[in-house]
Parts: sequence; structure tokens; C-alpha cells
Amino acid sequence: MHDGLERFERGWGERVERPNWAPADIDLERPSVARVYDYWLGGAHNFAADRAVAQKTLETMPELRGVVLNHRAFLRRVVRHLLGRGVRQFLDLGSGIPTVGNVHEIVQATDPEGRVVYVDLDPVAVAHSRSLLAGNDHVSVLHADVRDWAGVLASDEVDKQLDFDEPVAVLMIALLHFVSDEEDPWDVVGGYRDHLSPGSFLAISHAGYEADEETEASRQARKIYNRDVTQMTFRDATEIRRLFDGFELVDPGVVRVPAWHPESPADVEESGRGFPGFAALGRKAWR
Amino acid sequence: MTDRVDQRVREDRSPLSPAVLAGAQSFARSWATAVIGSSYVPMTRAEVAQHLQDLTELLVEALFASPFRTAPGHEIGSRLVDAHFTGTDTLGRTVQLLGDDLLVELGFPGDARLTSRLTALQGALAAGYARALRERTLAEQEAIRAAVLDARDQAESMLRASEARFRAMFTEAAIGIGIAAIDGRILDVNQALQDMLGFSVEEMRQYNVRDLMHPEDAGSVWRLYDQLIAGECDHYRAEKRFHRADGEQVWTHLTLSLVRDDHGEPQYQVAMIEDVTDRHLLQNRLRYQALHDPLTGLPNRALFLERLGRVFSNRARHVRAGLCYLDLDGFKVINDSLGHDTGDQLLVEVGRRLDHSVSGEGKLVARMGGDEFVILVEGSSGEQDIVDVADRVLTELEAPIRIAGHELSVSASIGIVERQLSGTTSADLMRDADITLYWAKADGKARWALYDPERNAREVARFTLSATMPRALERGEFYVEYQPLVRLEDSKVIGVEALVRWQHPEFGRLAPDRFIELAEETGLIVPLGRWVLRKACEEARRWLEEFGDAAPFVSVNLAVRQSRDPELVRDVKQILDECALPPHHLQLELTESAIMGTADEPLEALRALCDMGVRIAIDDFGTGYSNLAYLKHLPVHELKIAGSFMEGLRAENEEDPVDAQIVATLVQLAHALSLGVTAEGVETPAQAARLLRLGCDTGQGWFFARPGPPENIDSLLRGDL
Repeated sequence: MHDGLERFERGWGERVERPNWAPADIDLERPSVARVYDYWLGGAHNFAADRAVAQKTLETMPELRGVVLNHRAFLRRVVRHLLGRGVRQFLDLGSGIPTVGNVHEIVQATDPEGRVVYVDLDPVAVAHSRSLLAGNDHVSVLHADVRDWAGVLASDEVDKQLDFDEPVAVLMIALLHFVSDEEDPWDVVGGYRDHLSPGSFLAISHAGYEADEETEASRQARKIYNRDVTQMTFRDATEIRRLFDGFELVDPGVVRVPAWHPESPADVEESGRGFPGFAALGRKAWR
Repeated sequence: MTDRVDQRVREDRSPLSPAVLAGAQSFARSWATAVIGSSYVPMTRAEVAQHLQDLTELLVEALFASPFRTAPGHEIGSRLVDAHFTGTDTLGRTVQLLGDDLLVELGFPGDARLTSRLTALQGALAAGYARALRERTLAEQEAIRAAVLDARDQAESMLRASEARFRAMFTEAAIGIGIAAIDGRILDVNQALQDMLGFSVEEMRQYNVRDLMHPEDAGSVWRLYDQLIAGECDHYRAEKRFHRADGEQVWTHLTLSLVRDDHGEPQYQVAMIEDVTDRHLLQNRLRYQALHDPLTGLPNRALFLERLGRVFSNRARHVRAGLCYLDLDGFKVINDSLGHDTGDQLLVEVGRRLDHSVSGEGKLVARMGGDEFVILVEGSSGEQDIVDVADRVLTELEAPIRIAGHELSVSASIGIVERQLSGTTSADLMRDADITLYWAKADGKARWALYDPERNAREVARFTLSATMPRALERGEFYVEYQPLVRLEDSKVIGVEALVRWQHPEFGRLAPDRFIELAEETGLIVPLGRWVLRKACEEARRWLEEFGDAAPFVSVNLAVRQSRDPELVRDVKQILDECALPPHHLQLELTESAIMGTADEPLEALRALCDMGVRIAIDDFGTGYSNLAYLKHLPVHELKIAGSFMEGLRAENEEDPVDAQIVATLVQLAHALSLGVTAEGVETPAQAARLLRLGCDTGQGWFFARPGPPENIDSLLRGDL
């Protein structure tokens, strides 16, 4: 979501170079990835333009609400899993609009001293996060492009909250399908990986199918989304596995999102097979 | 927040009977199954089930409570929203499930009172849910709008900050910056530009960019401007002058850039203007220094050549120009004897007088270096114009120059060239003026000389010949012809004179008078003479072999320089040896001056040659100044009387008595000294007859034969002719 707004405002295919001192316009007539996502999750942090696109996509692919819900549920499961493994530092990339069940809520319910840094490029999402988190000293919100890993890692916010000598969990939930092959998500992930100490974690959930699995409805929905919101790149399990280069995959490896450490067998039964997305957790290897 | 809800519910359970409780638990499980997936709630399936279980118990308690109240229904609806069961399907399924299943599960199906109570609680639950969802929605809308405002504030403050930075940059920049609309209206100028041009912003805004045109602007400045305005180019740089408000001029370095709008259409023009006046003035001064002679202040060679080049580049067909190339006579002596300082002061004064005597439009006096000056006259009408200038200069220089107590008289030599410019070049003009100056010097100094193309052509030809002669000898361009020397008594060929010729690739066949003198000057005469001698001796040897006693001797001319060559005797001996030619078959011809005017050494050489048996002849006798007394001591065998004496003997019917007497006297003189006599230039039978009568021994000339290849001599000897 971090890069959705950015790219949308630039207009796809026609890049207008904007000097970095000139802030992007905040135009409520244009849908924002973060707010569309919030609507799908049942939130009201959105505007008419966001809802119009969200509803239109839902009409074509009604199961989308379930898809979004599953990515969100994976976030909850993986954070709880990591807390169980003793991780207390989280870097949530492309965090979007804060809604119920945020990372810091889950983390701080277990350990009030747990640290979280949220990163997003959407200025409204960032502003909202900041107002929500005012007074919470262990959480920071960074306005940045997550593809600029060097800039993110060098920021004051990251420096204030995270100690990279200790394990850190990097979360890329429903994020990297917004980074095209040309923009090299493998390189982006590698940038963060190289900064992590061994024993740190990388969690990814990512839209995608195995080859030839995509339904016509999904293709249509993706077309609307690509045209009206932002470009998506679907990847299969093999491509996603490559993102974990330098990590050891935690069992069960790269699987459909609902099938990753489900809380109840019923969850998997419902939507496990053919679910349009994969999830995995990796642990940085000791060299 | 889910924990908080769960804990509070757990505290107040128990008033229900175990059977009712079991029914409630069963209902809660159905409820969970019905609503899972209808909303996103941050809870596990088990947590959801527990949460609904608590709400079910609350509902059941309310159902049986006395007095009956609907408030718990409100609370349940509200708590569903709190737990983020915000999907409206959740409410629909909940209300339906309550109506369909709850009383059945609790074991009171069809109980009218409970059904009525349940309906009231369902309504309260829906109302509570709706109010809570509305509040949550409003709160979230409020929050997201606040976030938008925050983000905008943030963005605007960044924009303001950056605008302030850029405004500061614009205002404070040391370089002048101006912004104008595409139609040229000036919109804004910064302080530096106001200071540079001396106008305020308000004044500048009255102007159009085109009002800033300067008459001295290069054409390209405004041509590029039009292209930029039309969007054909995005920026350009130029040197440009501006008028200041106070009338002064500013030299600037201008960079003009086009600013386009989002659609790529030209929107603004931005000028960055740097004041380079100081640099420009410095450049002018440096240029002046580079183009003027620091001593006299006159233009120097570089400026002169630049001006000359300009004259030639601007020439119309019939425009003429003239040059005086002037060099002081004897300047070196003054410099060496009175010192450089005096020499320099002299040059300053000469420069001043030149500048004074030559003034006016189209005239330029320059110092070329040393004591050389040049005067360029553009648009002259003929040679006389330049001659007048030269005369004026020479007159001007006549008055003595006083320097440090010395009265110095100076004179100058001047080479003059004046011509129409078409068909010539500046280099031609300079070279010809230089040559002509040399002529003026050679002709006696203190004068001018006028360029003469014929004289120049002659000198060029001479130069060309002397320069090409060494290679000509190597390449075999020389050859030898022979002219018979005939005994008058019996018309028998007794000798032949070897005459060198040059088959020049450019000038054709050249007689000796064209190149022997040059060869003497350059010294090439020595190898050339040696080559002729060898050639002649080889031919003589051949004749000797072929004709025996009837073979002629060869007579070879010896130039003055050859006669003084210390190697002469050795060379002759070596050649005779190599050709196995008896010495008396060789005669060497020298001019009177070569023999008479010499010191002892050449005479020694002649004696040695004579002793060797080689014959010596005096060529062109009677044209020089012979010391007759001396003659008898010389090792000479033959006198050749110059052809000029034969003129009076030529005619058939009458003869010039003086010439006849001279020839007779010379013959007597020769015979008295036991010398043979050869008459040159015999052209008629009358001449031959008279010479025989006067006692002359031998004749040479066209009457007998013209010079020709050796084969001609062969024919003569065989008697073929």
C-alpha cells in the first residue's frame, strides 16, 4: 500500500518527477489503497471515492472481503507466533490505516514494553496513525517509501525504537504484490535482510496463484483494481519462496494464507485450497 | 479490548439453571458459526465463541429478568460493534438466529411471554447495534478527516517551508533572476537583477522582454529567443549587453530557460543573468595588450594581420590596398653602439613620426617587431597613393632625432606593394612587400622600391633553378653537346668544345648562360664542372679509340671557382687516368679574368696541368683586361678571340677595317708568344676566308657546325658531311 498511492498519483506509465521537497497533493477524489483496504475490513476510515472502487471490486469478486480478512488474520497469527518465540521488536512495512487488531495492540497486550515501527507512504494513513499513537512511547510511525530500505533503516523512528543487535521481525503483509518485478522486490527484501541480526524474522503475505489457477472473476477484479487503484503483481509460491533467500522457512513454509498455522481446522477447510495468496515466515540464518 | 469484555461478563454468571445454561451454550455455538467471516474481528475462533457465549448468557438473563428491561439488548448490540462485528450481515444473521433458535434451544418453544420479550430484546439489540455502529462510523470518519487535515497541514507546512527556502534563494541569489510570461511580460525580478540594471521591480514589470533588446546583440540571441518561446528549445546561453537605468552598459552572461506546464506547453521563461562587465573590461584590456606593441603603443603584428585578414575577407571586386614595409637602415649599429635604451627611444620616436605622417581613415601603422614597421592603406586608388605615403615617411624621418645628447640621423628602406585585392591574398601581399623591402635595401637603402612582378619572376626563376640544380645533377638532367674546332688551313676538325646543357623539366632546354652563374654562386659549379670534364674525357677517349690520330681533343670550360678549387689538379689527373686519355687530348678554357686576376695558387695549378701535358686556352680573349706583359709568363697554349670581333668580318662584300685590324693584331700577338689562335663565332664563309687570310689558326662557329650530340662529331670525322 505504501507504493500504491505514490504510483497512482504519478499516473501509471508516465512518471512526473516531483522534487522531494514538494509534498504530494492530498486528493480525496482519488482512491487510496490504504482506505480501500480499511473499507474491506469493515472500517469507516474512508471516503466516497475509496468506497466506490471497493464496492465495484467486490461486485466482481465477492470473496475479496474474505481474502483481505485472511491477510489480516495472518498478521494476527504471525505476530502472536513471533511473540511466542520471544520477539519483541516489529517493523511493519506498508502498515496502512490503523484499524482494530493492530500490531502494537497485539504486541503490547503481551508485553507493554514491546516496540513497533509502522511505515507507510500514504500521508493520511501516517497522520491517522500518529494521532492514534500519540503518547505511546514504544511505537513510532514513519512516512517513507518502503522500497527505500536504506532510508527506512537510517530513519530516526527506526533508530529510536529498534535494536538490530536483537531479533527484529519485519512484516510485509499484503505488500509486495504492489512492487513490480522491474522494481525488484527481491532486492528490497535483501536490503532489509542484510540489516537484520541472525535469528530475526521476515513475515510475508502476498497475492498470487499457482500457474493457471486464477479464475476469470479474479482476473476481472484485478483489472478494475489495476486500473482504478494501483497495479498488482501476482506471484506463485516459487517466486515468493525466492523472497526468503537468506532465511530458513518456519514450518510449514510457503502455504496458502489461511493454511499458515490456522487457529482451527475449520478455517482451512473453508478457503485453504485455491486461496489467491500465500504466506510464510522465515528466520534469518546463522552464518 | 477483547480481554476486558470477556472478564466483565464472567463475573456475573450463575443465576440461570444448568438446563437453561446448556441451552445458552448450544445457542452460542450456532451463533458463532453463523457470524464468523461476516466481519473482521481480531480474535481467534475460540475467542469469538467465548465472547458470544457471554453475550448469550447476558441475553438469557434479560429474558427471564424481573422486572423485564430491554437495556441489556442495547448493551449486546453495542458490544458486538465494540468487538468489531461491524459487517451488517452479522446483525442480520444474529437477529434471525435469535428468533429462529433461541427459545427452542432454551426449551421454551412457543412461550408467548418469552417470545414477546425476545422480540423486544431483538429490537433493542438492533437499536443498540445501529447506534454503536453509527457512533463508531462517525468517530472513524471524524478521525480520518482529522488525519487528512493533519496530513495536509504537514504537507502545506513542508510546502511553505520549501517555498520560503526557494523564495529566499530567489531573493538572496547573487545572480540576477527574472521571470516573464511567454508573451514577454516581465512578472518578477530579484534584487540582484534590480541592482544590476538599476530598475525597481515595478519599473521592470512595465517592460516586455523584447524592450531589453540591445543594438549590439548578436542575431542569434533573439533567434534563439523566438525558438524558446515557440517551445522548440528549452534553454540557451548567450553573451548579452543591457542598458542600465543610468545609461551605462552591463555585459552579462545570460541563461534563458523555458518552464512548461503539466501538458508540456510553454508557460514561463526564466532568465539567469550574471554580470560579467568586469570580466569583459578585463578581456578588452587583455585584448588591447595582446594586440599592441608595449614600446611604441602602435598596433602589433597580430592586430595588423587581423586587420589585413579583415580587409581581404570584406573585399569587393575592385577594391585595392597597399602596403609599405619599412625597415630602418643601420639600426643594429645604433643599438649596439649606443645601447638598447637609446635604440628603444629611437623606435618610439620613429613610431611617433610614422603615426603622425600617416593618419586618417583606412590607414594603419603597426610595428612588426625589431625595427620593422608596416603601413596598411585600405582603398588606395593606385601605386602613386602608396608612393606618396612612402615619400612622406622618408621626409618625416629626415630630421635628426635627439636622444640623450645624441643627434641621430636615421633613414629607412621601404618596400611598396599596391594592387587590386581580388586574385591575391594577404600572404601574397606580405611576402611581396617583404621582397620589395629587400630590393630597396639591395638598391642602396634610404629609398623605397616598388614591387615589380617581372623582377620577381626572374628572381623566382633563378631561385627555382639554383634550388633544383643539385637534384638535377643527380637525376641526370644535364647533358653535354660538342662544337667542332676546325683548322682553317684544311678545314680539318682538330678539337671539339664541350658545352653543358640542362634539360629542365619545367623550363625546357637551358643554355649555360642561364645557370652557370647560379652554379658559381651556389658552389655547385665544382661538382657540375667535374661531371662535364669526365663526360667530355670519356667521349674523347671513345673518339681516340675510334679515330686514332684523327681524333679531336676536347676543350672544356673551367669556371673561376673551379680554377681556384684546390682539388682541381688531382681531379683532372684522376679523370684522365680513369679514361686513359692522354693529357694533350684535353684543353681547359679559362676566361681572362680567371687567369689574370688570380693569386699564385691557381696559377700553380695551371702550371701543374700544363706540365702534365694538358692544353690551356684563354676564352673570350679581348673582352677582359689582360696584362699583356704577364701573358708571356703564363702556361697558356691558345687564345680564343671573342665572337664580338667577328661582327665586322661577317659581310661578304665589305669588312670593318677596325675589327679586321684588331683580329690581325691579336693573331700577331699570339703568334709572337707562340700561342695558337681560335676565332669564335664564325658564321659565314666570308668570315672564314678572311680569318684564314689574317693568319688565324682555328675557327669555331655555326659556319662549321652548331653544337650537337657526340654522334654529330662522329659523322664529321668520318667525312659523312
